[in-house]
Amino acid sequence: MAHEHSTDYLHHGKGLWSWLTTLDHKRIGLMYMIAILTFFFFGGIFALLIRLELMHPGTQFMSPTVYNQVMTLHGTMMVFMVIIPGIPAFLGNFVLPIHLGAKDVAFPRLNLFSWYIFIAGALIAASAVVFGGVDTGWTFYTPYSIQTYKGTVFMVLGAFVMGFSSILTGLNFIVTVHKLRAPGMTMNRVPLFIWSIYSTAIIQVLATPVLAITLLLLVMERTLGIGFFDASLGGDPVLFQHFFWFYSHPAVYIMILPAMGIISELVVTFSRKVVFGYTAIAYSSIGIAAVSFLVWGHHMFVSGQSEFAGKIFSFITMLVGVPTAIKMFNWVSTMYKGSIRMDSPMLFAVGFMFLFAIGGVTGIFLATLSIDVHLHDTYFVVAHFHYVMVGGTLMALMGGIYYWFPKMFGKMFNETLARITFALIFLGFNITFFPQFIAGVQGMPRRYQDYIPEYEWLNRISTIGSWLIGAGFLLVLYVLIQGLRKGKPAGPNPWGAKTLEWTIPSPPPHENFTTTPVVSGGPYEYR
Amino acid sequence: MKYMPLQASTFGEDWDLVWNFVLWSSIISCIILIGGMIYFIFRYQRKTDKDKTAYITHNTFAEFLWSFIPLVVFMGIAAWGWEVYKDMRTFPTDALEVNVTAQKWAWNMTYSNGRTLTGKLVVPVGKPVTILLTSKDVIHSFFIPSFRVKQDAVPGRRSKLWFQATREGNYHLFCTEYCGMNHSGMLGTVSVVAQADFDAFMAENPNAEVSPIELGKQLYQQQACIGCHTTDGKPLVGPSFQGIFGKSVKIKGGGTVTADENYIRESILNPAAKIVEGFPENQMPVYQGALNEDQITALIEFIKAQK
Repeated sequence: MAHEHSTDYLHHGKGLWSWLTTLDHKRIGLMYMIAILTFFFFGGIFALLIRLELMHPGTQFMSPTVYNQVMTLHGTMMVFMVIIPGIPAFLGNFVLPIHLGAKDVAFPRLNLFSWYIFIAGALIAASAVVFGGVDTGWTFYTPYSIQTYKGTVFMVLGAFVMGFSSILTGLNFIVTVHKLRAPGMTMNRVPLFIWSIYSTAIIQVLATPVLAITLLLLVMERTLGIGFFDASLGGDPVLFQHFFWFYSHPAVYIMILPAMGIISELVVTFSRKVVFGYTAIAYSSIGIAAVSFLVWGHHMFVSGQSEFAGKIFSFITMLVGVPTAIKMFNWVSTMYKGSIRMDSPMLFAVGFMFLFAIGGVTGIFLATLSIDVHLHDTYFVVAHFHYVMVGGTLMALMGGIYYWFPKMFGKMFNETLARITFALIFLGFNITFFPQFIAGVQGMPRRYQDYIPEYEWLNRISTIGSWLIGAGFLLVLYVLIQGLRKGKPAGPNPWGAKTLEWTIPSPPPHENFTTTPVVSGGPYEYR
Repeated sequence: MKYMPLQASTFGEDWDLVWNFVLWSSIISCIILIGGMIYFIFRYQRKTDKDKTAYITHNTFAEFLWSFIPLVVFMGIAAWGWEVYKDMRTFPTDALEVNVTAQKWAWNMTYSNGRTLTGKLVVPVGKPVTILLTSKDVIHSFFIPSFRVKQDAVPGRRSKLWFQATREGNYHLFCTEYCGMNHSGMLGTVSVVAQADFDAFMAENPNAEVSPIELGKQLYQQQACIGCHTTDGKPLVGPSFQGIFGKSVKIKGGGTVTADENYIRESILNPAAKIVEGFPENQMPVYQGALNEDQITALIEFIKAQK
């Protein structure tokens, strides 16, 4: 098919069928984008409903039964269907092979299959709503999850199936990084985004099977009555928590590491400067991935786990702070003596650093044993992980979308409106979640449909902030659609970036490179 | 500090010291980081798209500093946090012991003399108190913000925590482990009273010489029937008790049954046996073995009286 190299990937093959059967990593990336944005839309609606219900104490419009289900749907959708696949499966798929100078990922068919597994898992999970509902929270803690609505089984099976998509995508990326780098592109010359996706892939491959086993045990207990976790059947409810967090803590780094990779790209490009401390940033990703497997017990300081275990987990958790601090300082140092332009992707990168700094230091609070006893399962935890997951991952995802949009579609979006979306989301985010730190310190527990009147003023501020975030994301949708329809041609390299994807036309041709690039230097050579 | 809940236990001061240290070191590091970032944004604004920039690949000494200093600070915080936590987990031998059993959605306190209370914990000021926790159904968590203590109540396990209250007054008790429908309603009060008042409280025996209906009413509150069954005719999680006695009710899976003494007794001891149409299953704890015959009788009499 060599003669077709000149057509861009969007026009290589026509009609829906050519998309559904495509083996092109760029198209598969966009198919992930459509799926993830759809789930994000629903997850966001649920979030707004939650905030609306919590605006005042007492029941506004959702009974506890309904609230608990909406809260669970928000959590499970955002975690399993948006944040975990968000950056690796969508942007990773689109960018990774081009960053390496490759035509595609190592196993294109497996890549397409992963997408179908993901969709199948998502549909099974969503069917829980029809088959009796779920109200366990995204953590499925036993024995509650064994006793409550039947829909739990579907949600858990859905998460199980989506896990395989995650494992296979991770495997695909690891092989691609090892085997398909362009001539001359040593591991010390790959862009930092690759290092972060690579570290993420290692966690995906090693940790996700543990989740799969755990969820399977839960389903077996639920359907066959085998007592793994239920005390009345001779099991141990806390065992579930160990298994669950053995996956779900590393999963937190599945969510944040790719975001850090995007930030490295954005800071370099918009500072027009070689990255400060390439090796440190690259290896700190691997460091975070390695340590992430040994910290799960910090979710369980008050669960009845032994004090000694708590002590060990507290110290190891603190270690995660070090590579994280290294990355933050290196990004800021990259800006030193740079040539900085605050276009919308960079605004989101700066927003990321601002919010992630707060999310990071509040993690230190929670890793401190005595402090965590008070803060555990309060709104402080809710605020902390939203600062990391939304303030971190989603800000980076937004920055990444704006950054690579011209490459994906060959068109520019409206920059002024894009900056307004940043202002709305950034302000709204802080108004929504900062008061939750205070509510948590004052003792407001999470997953409460109702609360004592002392917490009302904080919740009211928080709800008002959520409307700004909602407006911001709606405007994002408008900016993207308008850019798609009426955007001016972007040209191959609108941001003046140095990595390989900017050396080819926008949108890229079907197999990326007409001639295989030969790499002779580092990824960010601004001299 | 005003934003913190009033501290009213002996852990409060040590706890607040660690908190303040972490808080201020966090604020300082955020100011350095974010401040530096914002300064650079303005100081190094792009002039032209052809700007030459400094080619600085790394600086080993600076990188060592910003790895090593955070490492030392973090380890220090962990060690300090552990010291305070160790005190929280070192149980005094002379403590007053109170058994607390959690269930959907109530806290049941049992004192050594057999006195029971639901939703309210009465303790003396200035004396160590150990709470022995367990749960009848799912995981709950016992949290008193003003005392800075929290511990999960796990079914099939016994866990514990201790505190020594320093101020008289009433404090919030929350459930902080999600436990289903009425999780946010699973509240309680911790009442810290003078030793003399506490002695008087322990000397009372509210269950002596009361009528079966009266005893049934107390059991109705203590055993948390009240959380799911009203007496005003409005169904909650389970059917209301008003007018239920002698009524013919439809059963899940077909058939009807008359709500007589036998049915009520069975429904208390083994609730899953016959569920009334339109109500959820597996919500009510099994009371088999938890109530003696007198208490069951008293409850039946109480339900009978709700006409």
